[in-house]
Amino acid sequence: MEEFIKNAAPSLYTYRDRFFTSCRATFEMFWKAGLIAFVIGLIFGTILVVTKRGGIKHNTVIYQVTNLIINIFRSIPFIILLIFLIPLTRAVVGTAINVKGAILPLVFGTVPFYTRQVEVALSGVDEGKIEAARSMGSGTFGLIFRVYLHEAVPDLIRVTTVTAISLIGLTTMAGAVGAGGIGSFAINYGQNQNHPDIVNVCVIVLLVVTFILQSLGNLLARKTTNRGLFTVRHRK
Amino acid sequence: MITIRNMNKTFHLKSGDVEALKDVSLDIRDGSVYGVIGYSGAGKSTLVRCLNLLEFPDSGTMTVGDSGEIKIVNGKPFKDGRLMTSKELNVMRRGIGMIFQHFNLLDRSTVFNNIAYPLRHTGRSRAEIEARVKELLELVGLTDKIDVYPSQLSGGQKQRVAIARALADNPKILLSDEATSALDPDATESILNLLKDLNDKLGITIVIITHEMAVIKTIADRVAVMEEGSVAEEGSVYDIFASPQAAITKRFISTASPLGKIDKLIAEGSELVRLAPGEVLVKLIFQKDCVGDHILTTAARECAFDLNVVLANVEQLQGNPLGGMIGKLSGEEENIRAGIEFLAKHHVVTEVIKDGRVH
Repeated sequence: MEEFIKNAAPSLYTYRDRFFTSCRATFEMFWKAGLIAFVIGLIFGTILVVTKRGGIKHNTVIYQVTNLIINIFRSIPFIILLIFLIPLTRAVVGTAINVKGAILPLVFGTVPFYTRQVEVALSGVDEGKIEAARSMGSGTFGLIFRVYLHEAVPDLIRVTTVTAISLIGLTTMAGAVGAGGIGSFAINYGQNQNHPDIVNVCVIVLLVVTFILQSLGNLLARKTTNRGLFTVRHRK
Repeated sequence: MITIRNMNKTFHLKSGDVEALKDVSLDIRDGSVYGVIGYSGAGKSTLVRCLNLLEFPDSGTMTVGDSGEIKIVNGKPFKDGRLMTSKELNVMRRGIGMIFQHFNLLDRSTVFNNIAYPLRHTGRSRAEIEARVKELLELVGLTDKIDVYPSQLSGGQKQRVAIARALADNPKILLSDEATSALDPDATESILNLLKDLNDKLGITIVIITHEMAVIKTIADRVAVMEEGSVAEEGSVYDIFASPQAAITKRFISTASPLGKIDKLIAEGSELVRLAPGEVLVKLIFQKDCVGDHILTTAARECAFDLNVVLANVEQLQGNPLGGMIGKLSGEEENIRAGIEFLAKHHVVTEVIKDGRVH
């Protein structure tokens, strides 16, 4: 194996330690920013669906404010957002560089997109189910957790997969603030030092990760459509 | 008892205002099956959604079961002079079950979890919930489907699950919003039988919304006919069928009765309804106090007219027979008039549909 890599991608073999560090950096940015964006996006998306006109807790002010924030951040290209947020990042996490400094902008770059996706997924829940739950005396929280978030699981999995894949794309730009990662490794060691094998391997790694994420998402979405992931059996 | 007084509701849409309920007043007795019939847009769904306050009327007063008197002022519900809180509304809704045209089950929950939905978070233990769900499944005849998901059930079975779910919290009232409209005739019949059965066994009051007169005929005790937001006519199902007053009621009944075919025959100019000069086409309704007597033959004998039957039908409504016939009367003009008078005197409702006499 080692012999094969030495022959097929000699420069990668030379810089293999940097390569692994880059992979780790990308992975760290991905899961940390992803987890935070997942939670915030889910909350914002739910707020939008609940407070919209005709929603279960209609509130024009909250809806419009949330909507405006989402639209503003959605319209800024990520590479510009990255540098625009430097003062804020420094104030919040103490530094604007390295992986640590990249998390906040990554969250800002992902949340608006994910919020919209969550909104679409939750809007897909049949109004009739909401009405039935209301007729059974469910309040706002009951409707959110027991109907909206419960019934939308397959769609939420699909949009989370799409967002996760686009987040990987964003992490490759984080090299601009010195966060490292596969993107900056490909540019600095592959492109700038003219080692095409490094660029090629980076492409393959990203392809494989994307493929795995998509397959996992598809599988889970299928396993949760019209059924729960686990079914508790009852004695007859 | 459900009492509604002067209920109004207007929807303000972009295309203009729609008056869904106009001064509606109704009384629904405990333990009865009450039908509300109307074409789509007549306001019947709005009415039923106002009963459990899924929709707030604009004004009116109502008492639904043991809710106490609720006064609606400017589209807000008040009880004892206080605005009802969402908690009070939820408690009230728990006392009223509701089933829907499209069942509205949770697709990602098993039959067990669907039925357990209204039981959870109410302080019941796991064992209590399980026992209650099993009891309900027995009631609707689906014990073997406990761990199945809705997508694996037929329409009729889904509606049974929905009924079990609506009954889980022991409501005294069940609202049915077009519950059989998406079902095939067999499933419709079995669901209606189940509802009737539950009404008998549990004494639950059922308010059934439909656009099909056949549904009313099968199950309801009383019926309100709605048109453009108002109650056009209200009464016992038997009386409504025996002698409908409003034009809309007559239209609904002709859809549910074989005698309704007559309009089509007349429109087509069929041979069956072509009248010779001096003949009269009449519709005779025999109510419960005269079905089975030989009034018609007696009349024909005594008044010396002839009768040619075009359409005839007898059906059971709430256990009472209702007969109807359409036929051509022929004979001397005087005899025909005497015959019609004779029948009317013996409580046969007589209506001249087409008159071939020369005036």
